[in-house]
Amino acid sequence: MNKEPKGMTLIVKTAARLTAGVILMYGIYIISHGHVSPGGGFAGGVIITLAFVLVILAFGKEFSMRKVSASIASSFESFGAIMFLAIALAGFLGGYFFLNFFINKGVPFTLFSAGIIPLCNIAISLKVGAGLFAVFAVLVMLKFTNGKDKG
Amino acid sequence: MKENLIPIFVILPLAGAFLISLLGKRIRGFSDIFSNIIAFLLLALSVYSVFVVNSVGVMVYKVGMWSPPIGISLVLDSLSSFMLVTINLIAFLIMAYAANYMEGYTAKWKFYVLFLLMLTGMEGVIITGDMFNLFVFLEMASVASYALVAYGTEAEELEASFKYLIMSSLGSLFILLGIAFIYGYTSTLNMADIANVLLQKGPGNIVLFVSVLFIMGFGLKAALVPFHAWLPDAHPAAPAPVSAMLSGVLIKALGVYALVRIFYSVIGSSPGILFVLMFLGAISMVVGVFLAIGQWDMKRLLAYHSISQIGYIFLGIGLGTPLGILGGLFHLFNHSVFKSLLFLNAGAVEYSTGTRDLREMGGLKERMPVTAGTSLIASMSIAGIPPFNGFWSKLIIILAAVQAGHPIYAAFAVIASILTLASFAKVQKYAFFGKLNKKFKDIKEVPVFMRGSMILLAAICIISGILVIPALSRFFLGPATDVLVNGTDYAKTVFGAIR
Repeated sequence: MNKEPKGMTLIVKTAARLTAGVILMYGIYIISHGHVSPGGGFAGGVIITLAFVLVILAFGKEFSMRKVSASIASSFESFGAIMFLAIALAGFLGGYFFLNFFINKGVPFTLFSAGIIPLCNIAISLKVGAGLFAVFAVLVMLKFTNGKDKG
Repeated sequence: MKENLIPIFVILPLAGAFLISLLGKRIRGFSDIFSNIIAFLLLALSVYSVFVVNSVGVMVYKVGMWSPPIGISLVLDSLSSFMLVTINLIAFLIMAYAANYMEGYTAKWKFYVLFLLMLTGMEGVIITGDMFNLFVFLEMASVASYALVAYGTEAEELEASFKYLIMSSLGSLFILLGIAFIYGYTSTLNMADIANVLLQKGPGNIVLFVSVLFIMGFGLKAALVPFHAWLPDAHPAAPAPVSAMLSGVLIKALGVYALVRIFYSVIGSSPGILFVLMFLGAISMVVGVFLAIGQWDMKRLLAYHSISQIGYIFLGIGLGTPLGILGGLFHLFNHSVFKSLLFLNAGAVEYSTGTRDLREMGGLKERMPVTAGTSLIASMSIAGIPPFNGFWSKLIIILAAVQAGHPIYAAFAVIASILTLASFAKVQKYAFFGKLNKKFKDIKEVPVFMRGSMILLAAICIISGILVIPALSRFFLGPATDVLVNGTDYAKTVFGAIR
C-alpha cells in the first residue's frame, strides 16, 4: 500500500476517544482551581494541550489539523497575552498596574474568590496551551527533505 | 501621579507586539504604521521622562500596590532615563528604516512582533528595581533576539543564531546562579534592599563569587573579549535593522547597563572589580580592533568594532572617577548612534547591490550619495575625528585614564583609535571611493524611509558632541553620571522615594 496510514490502530483510537475529553476536563479543573489548590494556568494549559496532542497522535495530523490549525492556535496565544495585559491594565482602575482590584480578595477554599487571580490563570492557560500546541503543530507539519526523501 | 509613567514603557511595546501578532496578518500596512507609532510614543515618553526625573527626582513604582522589598518595584532614575532615551531614539529610527528594508522578507509583521518584544525586554531591564525581574526581562529580550538573528532562515543565519543561543543561554545561566546565591545570602530580591543588606552584612566570599558569575554572565551579553565569540557571527547574520539594534543597544542594555547597575548601585564597586572591568575593557578594545582590521565582510568588520567600542565604554566606566564614568556613558550614547548608522549603511549597500563583500564594491558614492555621505560621517565619528561625537567621548575617556593614573590604558585607547581609523579608511576606500564596479552601474539609492533615518542618525553624530557642554550635560549626562558616582546610595534614594 502506498497510502500513508491515517492515525494508529482502532484500539488506540478508541482509548483516545474515551480519554481525551476527560483530560480536557481535568485541565479545566486545574485552571479554575489554580488559586485554591496546587496547579494553575501554566499546568492547566499544558494539560489541555495534551488532550489535543493525544487526538493528533491517535487520529493523524491530516484529520486533526482540519479541526484546529496552527494559525488558530497562534491567534489564541496572542489573545491570551492581550487578555493578561488587559487584566493587568485594569488594575489602573484602582490606581496601580497589576492591582488586584476586585473586592473579594480571597476566602480560603472558595472557588469564586481571589480577585483577578483566576482570570489571570485563564489568560495564562490560553497563552501557554495555545503556544505549546503551536510548537507541537509546527513540529508535526515539518517535512524533512533530505536527499533520500526527495526521490 | 507621575509614577504612572514608568510601567507604560513596558506596557506599550508589549501590547503593540501582541496586537500586531493578532491583526498584522489580516490588515495590510497595520504592522508598519502601528509599530512606528509605538516607537515614536516611546521616544517621546522617554524624552519626557528626562524632564520629569530632573524636576521630581528618583521615582519608584509599586507594581500591584505591593511595597518593596516584598513586591516588584520599578525605578526610574537619571541613569534609567538616559538609557531609555538612547534605546528609544535608536529603536525609532531603526523601525522607520525597517519599514522599507524588510519588504524583501516574507511575513514582515512577525519581524515587528519580535522587535517589539525585544524592545519590551530591554526597557524592562532598564526600569526594573528587582533582581529577578531583571533576569526575566533579560531573557525576554535575549529570546526575541535569537529569533531575530535567525530571521532569514538560511543556513548562515541558523548557524549563527544557534551559536548565539547556546552562548547567550550559558550567560543567562551564570546570571541566574548569581541571583540565586545573592538571594540565599541576603534573602531579598529587591535591588535596593540587597544593597542595604550587603552593607550591613559586609562582603563575604559569596559576594566575590557572585561578582565573578555576573562578570561572566553579563560580560557574555556585552561581548567583552574572552566572552565575545558569538557576536561576530550573530550580528552580521541578522537583517540590517536587527544588527543595528543588537550592536547599537541590545549589548548595552543587557550587558553594560545591567553590569554597571549591579556593580555600582547594588554590590558596590571595589577596586578589584573596577580593575577587572578596566582590564577586560582594555583587552576588548585592542583585540576587537585587531580582529576587525582584516575583515572583508562589511558587517563582520562592524561587528568586531562593536567589541572594541564596548571596551572603551568599560574602560571609561571602570575607571570609577566621575570624569571616566561620564566619558563611558557618553561613549555608550555615541556608539549607539554611529554603530547603528554604520549597520544601516551596510544594510543599504546590501539592499542595493546584494553583497557585503568589500572587495566586490567600489565607487558606490556616485550611485548612492546619501549612503556614502552618512557612512563617511559615521566612520569619522567611530574613528574619533573632531568635531564628531566619537572624538569627544574618546577624548574624555583618555583624559580620565591619564588623570586617574593609568597612562598605559590611555595609550592602548589611542592605539585602538588609530587602528579604528585605519580599518574605516579601508571601508571607505573599498566601498564608496574608487572606480565604480561595472556590475553596479544601474543600482539606485535606497528608498525614502531608509534615507531619512540614515540622515537623521548622521545629524545626531554631528551635533551630539554638544552634550558635554556643561549647560547641557547638567541636564542629561551629568545626572546619569551622578547615579553611578553615588554608588550604593542608590538604596537610600530608592527607599526615600517610596511614597
